[in-house]
Amino acid sequence: MKALNALFKFKGGVHPDYNKDLCRDQEIKTMPLPSVLKVSMSQHLGAPATPLVKKGDEVLRGQLIGDSSGFISASVHAPTSGKVVAVEPAATATGASCTAVSIEPDGEDKWIDGLKGIDNWENANKKDLVEAIANAGIVGMGGAGFPTNVKLSPPPEKKITTLIINGAECEPYLTADHRLMLEQAQKVWDGCRIIMKILEAEKIIVAIEDNKPEAIQAMEKVMEGTDLNASIAILATEYPQGAEKQQIFSTIGKEVPSGGLPMDVGAVVENVGTVTAIYDAIVKGLPLTERVTTVTGGVIAEPGNVVNRIGTSFQDLIDFCGGFKSKAAKVIAGGPMMGFAQANTATTTTKTTSGILCLGPEKACSYESMPCISCGRCVSACPMKLVPSELSQYLEAEDYEGAEEINVMDCIECGCCAFECPAKRPLVQHMRQGKAHVMIKRRAAQAKK
Amino acid sequence: MTLVTSILMTSGAVAGVGLACGIALAMAAKYLAVKEDPRIGDVTELLPGANCGGCGYAGCADYAKAVVIDDVSINLCAPGAQSVIDDLAKYLGKASEQAEKTVAKVMCGGNSDQAPRKFLYNGVADCGAAHAVGGGDKSCRYGCLGYGSCSRICPVSAIEITDTNIAVVHPALCIGCGACVRTCPRALIKMIPASRSIHVMCSSKDKGPVVKKACKVGCIGCTVCTKLADGAINMEGPLAIVDYSKDLDNEAVVEKCPGKCIVKE
Repeated sequence: MKALNALFKFKGGVHPDYNKDLCRDQEIKTMPLPSVLKVSMSQHLGAPATPLVKKGDEVLRGQLIGDSSGFISASVHAPTSGKVVAVEPAATATGASCTAVSIEPDGEDKWIDGLKGIDNWENANKKDLVEAIANAGIVGMGGAGFPTNVKLSPPPEKKITTLIINGAECEPYLTADHRLMLEQAQKVWDGCRIIMKILEAEKIIVAIEDNKPEAIQAMEKVMEGTDLNASIAILATEYPQGAEKQQIFSTIGKEVPSGGLPMDVGAVVENVGTVTAIYDAIVKGLPLTERVTTVTGGVIAEPGNVVNRIGTSFQDLIDFCGGFKSKAAKVIAGGPMMGFAQANTATTTTKTTSGILCLGPEKACSYESMPCISCGRCVSACPMKLVPSELSQYLEAEDYEGAEEINVMDCIECGCCAFECPAKRPLVQHMRQGKAHVMIKRRAAQAKK
Repeated sequence: MTLVTSILMTSGAVAGVGLACGIALAMAAKYLAVKEDPRIGDVTELLPGANCGGCGYAGCADYAKAVVIDDVSINLCAPGAQSVIDDLAKYLGKASEQAEKTVAKVMCGGNSDQAPRKFLYNGVADCGAAHAVGGGDKSCRYGCLGYGSCSRICPVSAIEITDTNIAVVHPALCIGCGACVRTCPRALIKMIPASRSIHVMCSSKDKGPVVKKACKVGCIGCTVCTKLADGAINMEGPLAIVDYSKDLDNEAVVEKCPGKCIVKE
């Protein structure tokens, strides 16, 4: 199979320093079990799971410890066997507080009995496959954490024509998806075939940025001679090429309508990490209990891509990667563009922690925000065709209705506007605040009905 | 056409249009008039005109309408206090209701010396925005963030943000409208009777050891004060809360509080 350049180019976008050289050649390593794992019940977008265990309980790896409580929710499983030492609120990577189950591993790492894959999934029932994915607690592992089973059960009136596999990994520094495609290409491709079986889409496009030629080659090799209508799209290296809506435009040239979902244009986008988790869930019957996280940044002694159990503390991961070689000024969960800065390193990983980025004082600058000079650079950079400067002025004046009228809800919080702003205005924070207010208002209106 | 005739013609035309419109307006005023209870206007005059919204209505005129038409209680106007209640009672022929002046109070005493910042926050200077980032930069996740959202919304500038980053309400200036209560993202501000002087200056719902770590003047839930206060201080989980409907005159609670969070002002 020969990879081809993508035909379209989304509007806007920026070119930050990619800094992927720190980790791109580091093979994926597996981290030994830490002394304690603190598993948050909020691993995903939507309602947090309800804890099913209490202090003192013995759990086995893969045992259900958090029950998905709503339609948009996901189950949580014990990442190893051991004893529950605490069930108490803890800060999540986003700063919110949510119940977390702390497990002290017994070192045996024993799987719960009765986990069984679906033999011969090629002939399995679609519904059984989606159910297996839901039971495995799989969520979008690119960062947003949308429950995958919901994404894979579109309403019957929405015909899915294209499945897009997101291997863009446009966030600077991160290389977890890159290494997955390179080292486990066959697994990724098998996972893709499972999703194709579920969605019955007409075609599948694997989208990879052109700064990962090795990954493109690896995927070309495993996709050779497939009977599916498959192709590899080489995307230009540009941020945010990996954002769902931008990627759909780059690959099939269709624009997701305002307030709509990818399925409105017949597309479903799945991240590479999610695809491998789906493979494990279907073929081996394993729930999602670990993921690859890139631990990187200028102050990390031995940056690397590390398989870690869900609930590993950032400090344990940093120590596994040799600790800090000089003083760290900022630790970010995720990448530098969309990640969340952390107050301390006691935060634990979740299913969506794609990276832990540790920056020294020279990179972690803090700026004073100035008034807007109306230069328009944010407008050129915005991939959602919004006018961030105007939005931010509405939001600063707390005019949330005005901001809603000029589509604040379409903002994907990618950070391109703030990255470009010469006045260093906290544009993304304004948008987040505005979106939160509009959501509160909409929920109140819905509750009234 | 001479200059004089053109001046006369234009003046005549303007005067004619003016007259016609005047007659139309006069007729509209007479035949299309909306009949409003004249008492609404009078009651609006009696109210202080602060339009603070503290009564729960959209300004003084709206409250006046509610008082006259819907027979709403006349003691809702906090800025007006007793004198307005008396005036309203006299005008409407109702019994004068007693109202005690209430003022806002920020139930947190952990300034930046007592409860330090846990990280450097340099985003939007608004309490709601700061609260949304990492749960706020204050060591205590319940305490006053000090970015002044309450101070900005106060219609009479009665709230000061001190040099040590904490909001303090000046009771003499507070008109009791409650705008700050609705604004505070951490729900720290309470309306309390102005005559009261002993307060538990903490709102943390964390347990003792956690509070102690976060703040030097937090309530650790030891329950010493509840025994001394004779029912005027009660525990709500690990937090002591003053019941302002009861008399609290035992000043020993202030000295005996090991957390140093009970103050007399």
